Amino acid sequence: MSEYAIELKNITKRFGTIVANDNVSMGVRKGEILALLGENGSGKTTLMNMISGIYYPDEGHIFLDGQEVKIASPKDALALGIGMVHQHFKLVDVLTATENIILGLPGKLNICEAEEKIRTICDKFGFIIDLKKKVYEMTVSEKQTVEIVKVLYRGANILILDEPTAVLTPQEAERLFLVMWRMRNDGKAVIIITHKMHEVKEVSDRVVVLRKGRYVGEMDTGDCDVQRMTDMMVGRSVSLNITRKTPVDPKPRIEVEHLTIRDDEGVVKIDDISFTANSGEILGIAGVSGCGQKELLEAIAGLQKHVDGEVRYIEDDGSKTDLLKMSAQKISEKGIALSFVPEDRLGMGLVANMNIAENMMIRSFRNGPIVEEAVERNKAEALRKLRRDLNPFTDRKSPRKLAETVVKDLNVVTPSITTPVKNLSGGNVQKILVGREIASKPKVLLTAYAVRGLDINSSYQIYELINKQKEEGTAVVYVGEDLDVLLELSDRILVLCGGKVSGIIDGPGADKNQVGLMMMSVEGGKDEN
Amino acid sequence: MKTRKSEPLFHIVKRKDMPFGKQVMVRAIAIVAALIVCSVITIITTKMNPLAIFSAVIQGAFGSTRKMWITFQDTSILLIIALALTPAFKMKFWNIGGEGQVLIGGLGAAACMILIGDKVPDPVLILIMLVAAVGLGALWGAIPAIFKAVWNTNETLCTLMMNYIAIQIVAFFTILWEVPKGSGKIGIINQNTNAGWLLQVGNKYLLTILIAILITVGMFVYLKYTKHGYEVSVVGESEMTARYAGIHSGAVIIRTMIISGGLCGLAGFLLVGSIHHTITTTLAGGEGFTAVMVSWLAHFNPIAMIGASLLIVFLSNGAAQISQNCGLNQSFGDIITGIIIFFIIGCEFFIRYRVVFRAKKGAIPAPVTGEAVFGGGPGDESAVKEIKEEEGNDND
Repeated sequence: MSEYAIELKNITKRFGTIVANDNVSMGVRKGEILALLGENGSGKTTLMNMISGIYYPDEGHIFLDGQEVKIASPKDALALGIGMVHQHFKLVDVLTATENIILGLPGKLNICEAEEKIRTICDKFGFIIDLKKKVYEMTVSEKQTVEIVKVLYRGANILILDEPTAVLTPQEAERLFLVMWRMRNDGKAVIIITHKMHEVKEVSDRVVVLRKGRYVGEMDTGDCDVQRMTDMMVGRSVSLNITRKTPVDPKPRIEVEHLTIRDDEGVVKIDDISFTANSGEILGIAGVSGCGQKELLEAIAGLQKHVDGEVRYIEDDGSKTDLLKMSAQKISEKGIALSFVPEDRLGMGLVANMNIAENMMIRSFRNGPIVEEAVERNKAEALRKLRRDLNPFTDRKSPRKLAETVVKDLNVVTPSITTPVKNLSGGNVQKILVGREIASKPKVLLTAYAVRGLDINSSYQIYELINKQKEEGTAVVYVGEDLDVLLELSDRILVLCGGKVSGIIDGPGADKNQVGLMMMSVEGGKDEN
Repeated sequence: MKTRKSEPLFHIVKRKDMPFGKQVMVRAIAIVAALIVCSVITIITTKMNPLAIFSAVIQGAFGSTRKMWITFQDTSILLIIALALTPAFKMKFWNIGGEGQVLIGGLGAAACMILIGDKVPDPVLILIMLVAAVGLGALWGAIPAIFKAVWNTNETLCTLMMNYIAIQIVAFFTILWEVPKGSGKIGIINQNTNAGWLLQVGNKYLLTILIAILITVGMFVYLKYTKHGYEVSVVGESEMTARYAGIHSGAVIIRTMIISGGLCGLAGFLLVGSIHHTITTTLAGGEGFTAVMVSWLAHFNPIAMIGASLLIVFLSNGAAQISQNCGLNQSFGDIITGIIIFFIIGCEFFIRYRVVFRAKKGAIPAPVTGEAVFGGGPGDESAVKEIKEEEGNDND
């Protein structure tokens, strides 16, 4: 018997001219949780896809318990006891948990017997699951549980979890870790891909680091710290400090009063909240996921329909404009430089099938060609605007230039600016989006989960960009998940709980536990306001 | 223990962009392969020389100057309809109502010719006809668009149903205006006065061809270089992004369908005013649907649509000649056309995907260098489909 449950030797995988994995060798033992680390696009998922039969390696060998195996399809992988839980779930919405779990298995259909077996698995590992519930009624966390039980039901001894916590709340993540430890104690081999370093520290036994498709090293989790892991991933020393400069001359920029937001079904998402965002300051918004942060930012950006109250934009000279009930187009027509980095990058902020340059046009396509602008420069502003609106042609040249600048300045890894953004890795997609939003020199910058799914190095680059905007006098509203970062970055923190403000506190000196408590209940720290 | 010995015989991998020259080559090979299959089928089923069949096709489409002009004219009409559908398709608005939009446009033009043909001077009449045809076509396009924009109805069903409404309306007016009474058809309108007949440029075919060329260039520029064109592609890709960018999706959908329907109406105007000088329920002759294929075949590229529509018209006009020359019925022509189109559409698969065969033992692929950029994108998974089922499972 070999030391490893599964071992990869000299695995290479190419896509066209791109080498996704280059001569990678690694293994995972039984009864071990292995964290696979690497920057966005370093080939982690590709490597795991080869173990689970989705890709076939161009070169190299895979050994299971010391015997060489060929894994040609996901079916093969499952037959060998390898199960992968993907980032994007593969469940049938209209079927129940049980039906999804047994779907596609050979043999007679016996729901009762299957349920019995599923219950045994759930009890053994501590899953909480309603077997009769249909998938479309489930939360993300419940769906994930079904996915994990599904692979366990099929007798998986090697489990691969691809960024399982990216979609979970911290509480749900904790529960997942408990399950993972039980699986480890049961002798299963578990591989987890994650970008959250504190989770790596908490949950794993050993760490393997990939960089640009190559294996760069491994270590026991106990022996390493976040700084060392990051340096290995990036290949050089990276500063993991966020500097928080004191805001220079903050002035009220956005004034929100008695804002209430309802969704299409009339459910109240944000309930009568008031606050002010100042220029040159980062206002952090803390709260458990789904407590109205997304809706709040969308309402300010003019993307929510059912809104009440007032959102005022205040110019440098003190004049005020009510932004509420203005569409995004109206806001930009009014000349208000408001940028928004939405949570859903490829679904809202960018067009997945368009290339980088075309995506730059989303903000600027209403401008005519640049030559026109230059000729018009001396004419009256109103006439210029009229000419701009009447010109049927759009300017494709300056967005190209902008794309080149963003790619160069933010070190976006891409074959060219004519590559569709869907082909880029998550971190690079986010850089494109943030780059475009910052390029318009915004007075207000709204960001929702700007670093979700990004590796630690890209995350810190984004923090740096946000900080730079603040220094230039932008009013930044930052919605984030990582409470530690939020506390380090924000000048003031607004804590939301169930759509209500449970308090606004100063960033410097804020206590994590206090904020955590406020996130849970409105009463938590009300006196601070 | 379970062990696997062999890797799958082949698997399918998504390609990056294929160079243009190679694309042309793949398509050429497809056509040659199609011709070979056609030959084999011809020999087996009819025992005739396949070359006779092929020469009949060429003769049918380009056999005489007149036939050549007709082929170009038919191509132009098909091209105009395909161009009309394209902005809607780019918006992912599946307008399969080209047929009805052409027909209702034609009806508008015919109505003007019949009702006010001898009351106003010819240039004014033609202008009114144009407005009526384009307006009615636009209306026919706008109705499903408004339904979609306001109530989010399914545009495929709506546009399809609008076809039948148009056909029935034309049938109604055919009886109302039939000449002579009882014949069940309208016949040539204004045969004596030629009122409302479009003037001839050079010969009677050239006008349509010139208009088609103009619209091709116009549509190319519209989609590629204008603000409207950009809005159309954003709305087509993602409505959320459109809202984010401050684009009013509903307005773009309605506007684009007005353009789409209006251009179909223009095709109807040309069919009635310049080509047939009459109207029947089969005026569009299925071209509203054929145009869907042309638009897709050209990947929504207006310039490529010239070639695609020429090919389709060439095959269908040519196939008609087979029955004449070789004494075979129309069905044989359809078989030949079907095979050729099948191959041409099928070869698109090889332009987008690559089939990788199992490497021979010991053969090491040449090393390629590059940076791992694409690793792990969720889109990659769908690109790879395992085709072959493993044989000899020895599960224990």
